[in-house]
Amino acid sequence: MLEVVVKLVLVAGAFAVLPLLVGQAEHKVMAHMQGRLGPMYAGAFHGWAQLVADGVKFAQKEDVVPRDADRWVFKLAPGVALVPYLLVLLVIPVGPGGQVALDLGPGVFFALAVMGVGVIGAIMAGWASANKYSLLGGMRVAAQLMSYELPMVFAASSVAMAAGTLSLQGIVGEWRWYWLPWQAIGAVVFFVAGLAELRRPPFDMPVADSEIIFGPYTEYGGLRFAFFLLAEYAGIVVLCGLTAVLFLGGWKGPFLNTELGWLWTLLKAAVLAFCVIWFRVSYPRMREDQLQKLAWAWLVPLSLAQLALTGVLKVAL
Amino acid sequence: MSGQEVVFTLLGVVAVGSAVLVVTTRRLVHAALWLVVSFGALAGGYLVLTAEFVAWVQVLIYVGAVVVLLLFGIMLTRAPIGESADLDSGNRWAALGVAVATAAVLVTVVVMGFGDARTPLRAGGGSAEELGAGVFRTWVLPFEVLSVLLLASLVGAIVLSRSDIGGDKGGDV
Repeated sequence: MLEVVVKLVLVAGAFAVLPLLVGQAEHKVMAHMQGRLGPMYAGAFHGWAQLVADGVKFAQKEDVVPRDADRWVFKLAPGVALVPYLLVLLVIPVGPGGQVALDLGPGVFFALAVMGVGVIGAIMAGWASANKYSLLGGMRVAAQLMSYELPMVFAASSVAMAAGTLSLQGIVGEWRWYWLPWQAIGAVVFFVAGLAELRRPPFDMPVADSEIIFGPYTEYGGLRFAFFLLAEYAGIVVLCGLTAVLFLGGWKGPFLNTELGWLWTLLKAAVLAFCVIWFRVSYPRMREDQLQKLAWAWLVPLSLAQLALTGVLKVAL
Repeated sequence: MSGQEVVFTLLGVVAVGSAVLVVTTRRLVHAALWLVVSFGALAGGYLVLTAEFVAWVQVLIYVGAVVVLLLFGIMLTRAPIGESADLDSGNRWAALGVAVATAAVLVTVVVMGFGDARTPLRAGGGSAEELGAGVFRTWVLPFEVLSVLLLASLVGAIVLSRSDIGGDKGGDV
Protein backbone atom coordinates (compact mmCIF):
# COMPACT_ATOMS: atom_id res chain seq x y z
CA MET A 1 0.00 0.00 0.00
CA LEU A 2 2.78 2.40 0.98
CA GLU A 3 4.62 1.53 -2.22
CA VAL A 4 1.59 2.52 -4.31
CA VAL A 5 1.22 5.82 -2.46
CA VAL A 6 4.93 6.64 -2.91
CA LYS A 7 4.72 5.83 -6.63
CA LEU A 8 1.62 8.00 -7.10
CA VAL A 9 3.31 10.88 -5.28
CA LEU A 10 6.38 10.47 -7.49
CA VAL A 11 4.25 10.47 -10.67
CA ALA A 12 2.38 13.57 -9.48
CA GLY A 13 5.72 15.21 -8.73
CA ALA A 14 7.07 14.31 -12.17
CA PHE A 15 3.87 15.66 -13.75
CA ALA A 16 4.33 18.95 -11.90
CA VAL A 17 8.06 19.38 -12.46
CA LEU A 18 9.08 17.80 -15.80
CA PRO A 19 6.79 19.92 -18.05
CA LEU A 20 8.13 23.06 -16.37
CA LEU A 21 11.69 21.89 -16.95
CA VAL A 22 10.89 21.35 -20.63
CA GLY A 23 9.32 24.81 -20.76
CA GLN A 24 12.35 26.43 -19.18
CA ALA A 25 14.66 24.47 -21.49
CA GLU A 26 12.61 25.74 -24.42
CA HIS A 27 13.09 29.37 -23.30
CA LYS A 28 16.83 28.91 -23.05
CA VAL A 29 17.52 26.59 -25.98
CA MET A 30 15.48 28.72 -28.36
CA ALA A 31 17.22 31.84 -27.11
CA HIS A 32 20.69 30.40 -27.68
CA MET A 33 19.81 28.95 -31.09
CA GLN A 34 18.50 32.32 -32.19
CA GLY A 35 21.42 34.28 -30.77
CA ARG A 36 19.54 36.12 -28.01
CA LEU A 37 19.43 35.99 -24.24
CA GLY A 38 15.93 34.87 -23.33
CA PRO A 39 14.45 35.67 -19.89
CA MET A 40 17.39 36.72 -17.67
CA TYR A 41 16.02 38.68 -14.70
CA ALA A 42 13.45 36.67 -12.72
CA GLY A 43 15.24 34.78 -9.93
CA ALA A 44 18.61 36.39 -10.66
CA PHE A 45 20.41 33.32 -12.10
CA HIS A 46 19.66 33.18 -15.85
CA GLY A 47 15.97 33.88 -15.24
CA TRP A 48 15.22 30.46 -13.71
CA ALA A 49 12.08 31.79 -11.98
CA GLN A 50 10.49 33.12 -15.16
CA LEU A 51 8.04 30.20 -15.45
CA VAL A 52 7.05 30.58 -11.79
CA ALA A 53 6.41 34.26 -12.42
CA ASP A 54 4.35 33.35 -15.51
CA GLY A 55 2.34 30.91 -13.39
CA VAL A 56 1.61 33.58 -10.77
CA LYS A 57 0.58 35.97 -13.54
CA PHE A 58 -1.79 33.39 -15.05
CA ALA A 59 -3.34 32.67 -11.65
CA GLN A 60 -4.06 36.38 -11.06
CA LYS A 61 -5.89 36.93 -14.31
CA GLU A 62 -9.65 37.17 -14.52
CA ASP A 63 -11.50 34.03 -15.58
CA VAL A 64 -13.38 35.16 -18.69
CA VAL A 65 -15.98 33.12 -20.56
CA PRO A 66 -17.26 34.69 -23.82
CA ARG A 67 -20.98 35.52 -23.77
CA ASP A 68 -21.93 33.27 -26.68
CA ALA A 69 -19.70 30.38 -25.62
CA ASP A 70 -20.98 26.97 -24.70
CA ARG A 71 -20.17 27.52 -21.03
CA TRP A 72 -19.79 23.99 -19.68
CA VAL A 73 -17.87 22.63 -22.65
CA PHE A 74 -15.69 25.76 -22.64
CA LYS A 75 -14.82 25.34 -18.96
CA LEU A 76 -14.31 21.58 -19.16
CA ALA A 77 -12.00 21.60 -22.19
CA PRO A 78 -8.67 22.45 -20.45
CA GLY A 79 -9.19 19.57 -18.00
CA VAL A 80 -9.98 17.14 -20.82
CA ALA A 81 -6.78 18.27 -22.55
CA LEU A 82 -4.56 17.94 -19.47
CA VAL A 83 -5.69 14.89 -17.47
CA PRO A 84 -5.02 12.20 -20.15
CA TYR A 85 -1.29 12.98 -20.12
CA LEU A 86 -1.22 12.48 -16.34
CA LEU A 87 -2.84 9.07 -16.84
CA VAL A 88 -0.30 8.06 -19.52
CA LEU A 89 2.53 9.04 -17.19
CA LEU A 90 1.25 6.36 -14.79
CA VAL A 91 2.12 3.51 -17.17
CA ILE A 92 5.53 4.66 -18.45
CA PRO A 93 8.21 2.55 -16.76
CA VAL A 94 11.38 4.42 -15.79
CA GLY A 95 13.40 1.51 -14.50
CA PRO A 96 13.54 -2.29 -14.24
CA GLY A 97 11.73 -4.35 -11.62
CA GLY A 98 8.45 -2.53 -11.16
CA GLN A 99 9.65 1.08 -11.33
CA VAL A 100 6.29 2.00 -12.84
CA ALA A 101 3.15 3.26 -11.09
CA LEU A 102 0.78 0.92 -12.93
CA ASP A 103 1.98 -2.12 -14.87
CA LEU A 104 -0.82 -2.66 -17.39
CA GLY A 105 -0.94 -5.67 -19.69
CA PRO A 106 -1.88 -3.77 -22.87
CA GLY A 107 0.21 -0.74 -21.84
CA VAL A 108 0.95 0.40 -25.40
CA PHE A 109 -2.72 0.53 -26.31
CA PHE A 110 -3.59 2.28 -23.06
CA ALA A 111 -1.01 4.99 -23.74
CA LEU A 112 -2.10 5.57 -27.34
CA ALA A 113 -5.84 5.46 -26.54
CA VAL A 114 -5.60 7.92 -23.67
CA MET A 115 -3.33 10.29 -25.61
CA GLY A 116 -5.99 10.40 -28.33
CA VAL A 117 -8.61 11.46 -25.76
CA GLY A 118 -6.51 14.50 -24.87
CA VAL A 119 -7.02 15.89 -28.35
CA ILE A 120 -10.80 16.00 -27.79
CA GLY A 121 -10.08 18.77 -25.26
CA ALA A 122 -8.67 21.00 -28.01
CA ILE A 123 -11.60 20.18 -30.32
CA MET A 124 -14.08 21.00 -27.53
CA ALA A 125 -12.28 24.32 -26.96
CA GLY A 126 -12.38 25.11 -30.66
CA TRP A 127 -16.08 24.51 -30.86
CA ALA A 128 -17.23 26.02 -27.58
CA SER A 129 -15.41 29.35 -27.98
CA ALA A 130 -17.96 30.66 -30.50
CA ASN A 131 -15.15 32.16 -32.52
CA LYS A 132 -14.36 31.61 -36.20
CA TYR A 133 -10.62 31.34 -35.66
CA SER A 134 -11.15 28.83 -32.88
CA LEU A 135 -13.50 26.80 -35.08
CA LEU A 136 -10.92 26.71 -37.87
CA GLY A 137 -8.30 25.63 -35.35
CA GLY A 138 -10.58 22.94 -33.95
CA MET A 139 -11.23 21.54 -37.42
CA ARG A 140 -7.52 21.42 -38.15
CA VAL A 141 -6.88 19.67 -34.83
CA ALA A 142 -9.45 17.02 -35.70
CA ALA A 143 -8.14 16.54 -39.25
CA GLN A 144 -4.58 16.28 -37.96
CA LEU A 145 -5.46 13.71 -35.30
CA MET A 146 -7.33 11.54 -37.79
CA SER A 147 -4.40 11.38 -40.21
CA TYR A 148 -1.57 10.95 -37.73
CA GLU A 149 -3.18 8.51 -35.28
CA LEU A 150 -2.94 5.67 -37.82
CA PRO A 151 0.84 5.72 -38.51
CA MET A 152 1.46 6.21 -34.79
CA VAL A 153 -0.51 3.08 -33.89
CA PHE A 154 1.17 1.12 -36.70
CA ALA A 155 4.65 2.12 -35.56
CA ALA A 156 3.87 1.19 -31.95
CA SER A 157 2.39 -2.15 -33.06
CA SER A 158 5.60 -2.92 -34.93
CA VAL A 159 7.58 -2.74 -31.68
CA ALA A 160 4.91 -4.74 -29.88
CA MET A 161 5.21 -7.41 -32.62
CA ALA A 162 8.98 -7.46 -32.32
CA ALA A 163 8.79 -7.87 -28.54
CA GLY A 164 5.82 -10.24 -28.59
CA THR A 165 4.07 -8.31 -25.84
CA LEU A 166 1.92 -5.20 -25.40
CA SER A 167 3.29 -4.39 -21.95
CA LEU A 168 5.68 -1.44 -21.88
CA GLN A 169 7.86 -3.15 -19.28
CA GLY A 170 7.92 -6.31 -21.35
CA ILE A 171 8.94 -4.40 -24.47
CA VAL A 172 11.95 -2.84 -22.76
CA GLY A 173 12.80 -6.25 -21.30
CA GLU A 174 12.95 -7.76 -24.80
CA TRP A 175 14.81 -4.82 -26.34
CA ARG A 176 18.27 -5.50 -27.85
CA TRP A 177 20.71 -3.04 -29.43
CA TYR A 178 20.02 -4.29 -32.96
CA TRP A 179 16.43 -3.05 -32.64
CA LEU A 180 17.81 0.42 -33.25
CA PRO A 181 18.44 -0.18 -36.99
CA TRP A 182 15.61 -2.76 -37.23
CA GLN A 183 12.92 -0.40 -35.84
CA ALA A 184 14.50 2.86 -37.06
CA ILE A 185 11.72 3.70 -39.55
CA GLY A 186 9.08 2.95 -36.94
CA ALA A 187 10.86 5.18 -34.42
CA VAL A 188 10.96 8.13 -36.81
CA VAL A 189 7.32 7.64 -37.84
CA PHE A 190 6.19 7.36 -34.21
CA PHE A 191 8.08 10.47 -33.12
CA VAL A 192 6.95 12.59 -36.09
CA ALA A 193 3.33 11.45 -35.77
CA GLY A 194 3.51 12.14 -32.04
CA LEU A 195 4.77 15.66 -32.69
CA ALA A 196 1.85 16.19 -35.07
CA GLU A 197 -0.61 14.89 -32.48
CA LEU A 198 0.81 17.35 -29.94
CA ARG A 199 0.57 20.14 -32.56
CA ARG A 200 4.20 21.11 -32.02
CA PRO A 201 6.02 23.04 -34.75
CA PRO A 202 6.43 22.31 -37.65
CA PHE A 203 2.96 20.73 -37.24
CA ASP A 204 1.37 23.72 -35.47
CA MET A 205 -1.06 24.67 -38.22
CA PRO A 206 -4.06 24.25 -35.83
CA VAL A 207 -2.66 26.81 -33.38
CA ALA A 208 -0.80 28.97 -35.91
CA ASP A 209 -0.51 32.14 -33.84
CA SER A 210 0.21 34.50 -36.73
CA GLU A 211 -2.73 33.29 -38.84
CA ILE A 212 -5.56 32.09 -36.61
CA ILE A 213 -4.32 33.53 -33.29
CA PHE A 214 -3.69 30.27 -31.41
CA GLY A 215 -6.70 28.52 -32.92
CA PRO A 216 -8.79 26.72 -30.28
CA TYR A 217 -7.19 28.72 -27.45
CA THR A 218 -7.98 32.20 -28.78
CA GLU A 219 -10.70 32.92 -26.21
CA TYR A 220 -8.88 31.43 -23.25
CA GLY A 221 -7.03 33.40 -20.60
CA GLY A 222 -5.64 33.00 -17.13
CA LEU A 223 -5.46 29.58 -15.54
CA ARG A 224 -7.43 27.79 -18.25
CA PHE A 225 -4.98 28.95 -20.89
CA ALA A 226 -2.12 27.92 -18.60
CA PHE A 227 -3.64 24.43 -18.44
CA PHE A 228 -3.53 24.18 -22.22
CA LEU A 229 0.11 25.27 -22.22
CA LEU A 230 0.88 22.78 -19.46
CA ALA A 231 -0.88 20.07 -21.49
CA GLU A 232 1.41 20.82 -24.43
CA TYR A 233 4.56 20.45 -22.32
CA ALA A 234 3.22 17.41 -20.47
CA GLY A 235 2.52 15.98 -23.92
CA ILE A 236 6.16 16.49 -24.89
CA VAL A 237 7.26 14.68 -21.72
CA VAL A 238 4.87 11.80 -22.41
CA LEU A 239 5.81 11.50 -26.09
CA CYS A 240 9.55 11.56 -25.35
CA GLY A 241 9.13 9.06 -22.52
CA LEU A 242 7.09 6.72 -24.73
CA THR A 243 9.56 6.97 -27.63
CA ALA A 244 12.48 6.29 -25.28
CA VAL A 245 10.71 3.26 -23.80
CA LEU A 246 9.40 1.81 -27.07
CA PHE A 247 12.27 2.45 -29.47
CA LEU A 248 15.41 3.42 -27.54
CA GLY A 249 15.49 0.68 -24.94
CA GLY A 250 14.21 2.65 -21.92
CA TRP A 251 16.39 1.91 -18.93
CA LYS A 252 19.00 -0.08 -20.87
CA GLY A 253 22.25 1.83 -21.09
CA PRO A 254 25.91 1.00 -21.66
CA PHE A 255 26.44 0.16 -17.96
CA LEU A 256 24.66 -0.13 -14.58
CA ASN A 257 21.24 -0.98 -16.06
CA THR A 258 19.64 -1.99 -12.77
CA GLU A 259 21.11 0.71 -10.53
CA LEU A 260 20.92 3.70 -12.85
CA GLY A 261 18.10 2.52 -15.13
CA TRP A 262 15.78 5.42 -14.30
CA LEU A 263 18.58 7.85 -15.12
CA TRP A 264 19.03 6.33 -18.60
CA THR A 265 15.30 6.63 -19.29
CA LEU A 266 15.23 10.25 -18.18
CA LEU A 267 18.39 11.02 -20.15
CA LYS A 268 16.97 9.56 -23.38
CA ALA A 269 13.69 11.40 -22.86
CA ALA A 270 15.59 14.65 -22.22
CA VAL A 271 17.61 14.29 -25.43
CA LEU A 272 14.36 13.71 -27.35
CA ALA A 273 12.77 16.74 -25.70
CA PHE A 274 15.77 18.78 -26.81
CA CYS A 275 15.12 17.56 -30.38
CA VAL A 276 11.47 18.64 -30.09
CA ILE A 277 12.61 22.17 -29.24
CA TRP A 278 15.27 22.04 -31.95
CA PHE A 279 12.63 21.18 -34.58
CA ARG A 280 10.57 24.15 -33.46
CA VAL A 281 13.46 26.50 -34.10
CA SER A 282 14.63 24.84 -37.33
CA TYR A 283 11.57 24.16 -39.47
CA PRO A 284 8.92 26.54 -40.82
CA ARG A 285 5.27 25.72 -40.22
CA MET A 286 3.82 23.25 -42.70
CA ARG A 287 0.72 24.14 -44.69
CA GLU A 288 -2.46 22.15 -44.10
CA ASP A 289 -2.24 20.24 -47.41
CA GLN A 290 1.46 19.50 -46.84
CA LEU A 291 0.54 18.13 -43.40
CA GLN A 292 -2.06 15.78 -44.82
CA LYS A 293 0.22 14.73 -47.65
CA LEU A 294 3.08 13.92 -45.27
CA ALA A 295 0.78 11.71 -43.18
CA TRP A 296 -0.95 9.77 -45.97
CA ALA A 297 1.75 9.70 -48.66
CA TRP A 298 4.77 9.13 -46.44
CA LEU A 299 4.12 8.10 -42.86
CA VAL A 300 1.36 5.53 -43.47
CA PRO A 301 3.26 3.65 -46.23
CA LEU A 302 6.50 3.85 -44.24
CA SER A 303 4.85 2.46 -41.12
CA LEU A 304 3.26 -0.35 -43.17
CA ALA A 305 6.70 -1.16 -44.62
CA GLN A 306 8.09 -1.22 -41.07
CA LEU A 307 5.32 -3.62 -40.01
CA ALA A 308 6.16 -5.91 -42.94
CA LEU A 309 9.89 -5.76 -42.16
CA THR A 310 9.25 -6.56 -38.51
CA GLY A 311 7.01 -9.48 -39.43
CA VAL A 312 9.42 -10.96 -41.95
CA LEU A 313 12.45 -10.74 -39.66
CA LYS A 314 10.46 -11.99 -36.69
CA VAL A 315 9.48 -15.13 -38.58
CA ALA A 316 12.91 -15.58 -40.20
CA LEU A 317 14.93 -15.28 -36.97
CA MET B 1 -24.31 -8.15 -4.99
CA SER B 2 -20.56 -8.18 -5.12
CA GLY B 3 -18.48 -5.07 -5.63
CA GLN B 4 -17.91 -5.93 -9.28
CA GLU B 5 -21.63 -6.26 -9.94
CA VAL B 6 -22.35 -2.90 -8.31
CA VAL B 7 -19.69 -1.16 -10.42
CA PHE B 8 -20.87 -2.93 -13.56
CA THR B 9 -24.48 -1.89 -12.94
CA LEU B 10 -23.47 1.71 -12.30
CA LEU B 11 -21.43 1.79 -15.51
CA GLY B 12 -24.40 0.33 -17.36
CA VAL B 13 -26.67 3.05 -15.97
CA VAL B 14 -24.16 5.71 -17.08
CA ALA B 15 -23.83 4.15 -20.54
CA VAL B 16 -27.60 3.94 -21.10
CA GLY B 17 -28.27 7.35 -19.53
CA SER B 18 -25.71 9.16 -21.66
CA ALA B 19 -26.89 7.26 -24.73
CA VAL B 20 -30.42 8.59 -24.11
CA LEU B 21 -28.97 12.08 -23.74
CA VAL B 22 -27.22 11.66 -27.10
CA VAL B 23 -30.59 11.42 -28.86
CA THR B 24 -32.53 13.86 -26.67
CA THR B 25 -30.12 16.80 -26.29
CA ARG B 26 -30.92 19.84 -28.39
CA ARG B 27 -27.29 20.77 -28.97
CA LEU B 28 -25.57 18.86 -31.72
CA VAL B 29 -22.05 18.94 -30.28
CA HIS B 30 -23.31 17.90 -26.85
CA ALA B 31 -24.69 14.77 -28.50
CA ALA B 32 -21.19 13.85 -29.71
CA LEU B 33 -19.72 14.60 -26.28
CA TRP B 34 -22.34 12.49 -24.49
CA LEU B 35 -21.36 9.74 -26.91
CA VAL B 36 -17.83 10.00 -25.46
CA VAL B 37 -19.27 9.41 -21.96
CA SER B 38 -21.30 6.47 -23.21
CA PHE B 39 -18.32 4.84 -24.94
CA GLY B 40 -16.18 5.49 -21.88
CA ALA B 41 -18.70 3.75 -19.62
CA LEU B 42 -18.79 0.81 -22.06
CA ALA B 43 -14.99 0.59 -21.89
CA GLY B 44 -15.30 0.60 -18.09
CA GLY B 45 -17.75 -2.28 -18.37
CA TYR B 46 -15.24 -4.27 -20.41
CA LEU B 47 -12.59 -3.55 -17.79
CA VAL B 48 -14.80 -4.90 -15.00
CA LEU B 49 -15.24 -8.07 -17.08
CA THR B 50 -11.38 -8.33 -17.22
CA ALA B 51 -11.38 -7.66 -20.99
CA GLU B 52 -8.54 -5.14 -20.72
CA PHE B 53 -7.51 -5.21 -24.36
CA VAL B 54 -11.03 -4.72 -25.72
CA ALA B 55 -11.55 -1.85 -23.29
CA TRP B 56 -8.55 0.14 -24.48
CA VAL B 57 -9.21 -0.59 -28.12
CA GLN B 58 -12.74 0.66 -27.52
CA VAL B 59 -11.30 3.94 -26.22
CA LEU B 60 -8.72 4.16 -29.03
CA ILE B 61 -11.15 3.52 -31.89
CA TYR B 62 -14.47 4.89 -30.70
CA VAL B 63 -13.46 7.83 -28.51
CA GLY B 64 -10.20 8.67 -30.27
CA ALA B 65 -11.30 8.18 -33.87
CA VAL B 66 -15.06 7.81 -34.37
CA VAL B 67 -16.11 10.70 -32.11
CA VAL B 68 -13.33 12.91 -33.50
CA LEU B 69 -14.62 12.13 -36.99
CA LEU B 70 -18.17 13.00 -35.85
CA LEU B 71 -17.01 16.29 -34.32
CA PHE B 72 -15.07 17.10 -37.50
CA GLY B 73 -18.20 16.40 -39.52
CA ILE B 74 -20.34 18.62 -37.28
CA MET B 75 -17.80 21.45 -37.54
CA LEU B 76 -18.10 21.32 -41.32
CA THR B 77 -21.85 21.96 -41.09
CA ARG B 78 -23.67 25.14 -40.14
CA ALA B 79 -24.70 23.77 -36.77
CA PRO B 80 -25.10 26.61 -34.24
CA ILE B 81 -23.33 26.68 -30.87
CA GLY B 82 -26.60 26.87 -28.99
CA GLU B 83 -29.79 24.84 -29.29
CA SER B 84 -31.09 23.83 -32.68
CA ALA B 85 -34.87 23.71 -32.95
CA ASP B 86 -35.10 21.33 -35.92
CA LEU B 87 -33.06 18.39 -34.62
CA ASP B 88 -36.08 16.09 -34.20
CA SER B 89 -36.86 14.18 -37.35
CA GLY B 90 -40.41 13.30 -38.32
CA ASN B 91 -39.38 9.66 -38.21
CA ARG B 92 -38.61 9.68 -34.53
CA TRP B 93 -41.50 7.45 -33.49
CA ALA B 94 -40.58 4.89 -36.14
CA ALA B 95 -36.96 5.09 -34.97
CA LEU B 96 -38.06 4.58 -31.37
CA GLY B 97 -40.10 1.54 -32.45
CA VAL B 98 -37.13 0.02 -34.29
CA ALA B 99 -34.80 0.72 -31.36
CA VAL B 100 -37.16 -0.87 -28.82
CA ALA B 101 -37.74 -3.86 -31.10
CA THR B 102 -33.99 -4.39 -31.60
CA ALA B 103 -33.37 -4.12 -27.88
CA ALA B 104 -36.21 -6.59 -27.22
CA VAL B 105 -34.75 -9.12 -29.68
CA LEU B 106 -31.26 -8.82 -28.21
CA VAL B 107 -32.44 -9.07 -24.59
CA THR B 108 -34.63 -12.06 -25.45
CA VAL B 109 -31.77 -13.84 -27.19
CA VAL B 110 -29.39 -13.27 -24.28
CA VAL B 111 -31.96 -14.33 -21.67
CA MET B 112 -33.04 -17.42 -23.62
CA GLY B 113 -29.49 -18.35 -24.45
CA PHE B 114 -27.88 -17.91 -21.07
CA GLY B 115 -30.71 -17.43 -18.55
CA ASP B 116 -29.21 -17.47 -15.10
CA ALA B 117 -25.92 -19.03 -16.16
CA ARG B 118 -22.86 -17.43 -14.63
CA THR B 119 -19.25 -17.65 -15.61
CA PRO B 120 -16.49 -16.92 -13.11
CA LEU B 121 -14.18 -14.03 -13.91
CA ARG B 122 -10.50 -14.76 -13.79
CA ALA B 123 -7.72 -12.23 -14.06
CA GLY B 124 -6.19 -12.15 -17.53
CA GLY B 125 -9.18 -13.95 -19.07
CA GLY B 126 -9.65 -11.17 -21.59
CA SER B 127 -6.01 -10.35 -22.19
CA ALA B 128 -4.55 -9.76 -25.63
CA GLU B 129 -3.03 -13.29 -25.70
CA GLU B 130 -6.33 -15.06 -24.99
CA LEU B 131 -8.16 -12.83 -27.44
CA GLY B 132 -5.57 -13.35 -30.18
CA ALA B 133 -5.64 -17.10 -29.70
CA GLY B 134 -9.45 -17.06 -29.82
CA VAL B 135 -9.69 -14.90 -32.92
CA PHE B 136 -6.89 -16.48 -34.95
CA ARG B 137 -7.40 -20.14 -33.96
CA THR B 138 -11.05 -20.82 -33.16
CA TRP B 139 -12.81 -18.00 -34.99
CA VAL B 140 -10.45 -17.35 -37.88
CA LEU B 141 -13.09 -17.89 -40.60
CA PRO B 142 -15.61 -15.30 -39.30
CA PHE B 143 -12.66 -12.96 -38.78
CA GLU B 144 -11.59 -13.30 -42.42
CA VAL B 145 -15.17 -12.86 -43.63
CA LEU B 146 -15.36 -9.62 -41.62
CA SER B 147 -12.06 -8.48 -43.17
CA VAL B 148 -13.49 -9.01 -46.66
CA LEU B 149 -16.58 -7.02 -45.66
CA LEU B 150 -14.40 -4.16 -44.39
CA LEU B 151 -12.25 -4.28 -47.51
CA ALA B 152 -15.35 -4.08 -49.69
CA SER B 153 -16.58 -1.01 -47.80
CA LEU B 154 -13.13 0.58 -48.10
CA VAL B 155 -13.09 0.07 -51.86
CA GLY B 156 -16.64 1.39 -51.99
CA ALA B 157 -15.66 4.51 -50.06
CA ILE B 158 -12.78 5.19 -52.44
CA VAL B 159 -15.01 4.74 -55.49
CA LEU B 160 -17.65 7.05 -54.01
CA SER B 161 -15.18 9.77 -53.06
CA ARG B 162 -13.23 9.84 -56.35
CA SER B 163 -15.22 11.64 -58.99
CA ASP B 164 -12.86 10.61 -61.78
CA ILE B 165 -13.59 6.88 -61.41
CA GLY B 166 -17.09 6.97 -59.88
CA GLY B 167 -20.52 7.03 -61.48
CA ASP B 168 -21.35 5.55 -64.89
CA LYS B 169 -17.85 5.75 -66.33
CA GLY B 170 -16.38 3.46 -63.70
CA GLY B 171 -19.23 0.96 -63.50
CA ASP B 172 -16.89 -1.98 -64.04
CA VAL B 173 -14.60 -1.24 -61.09
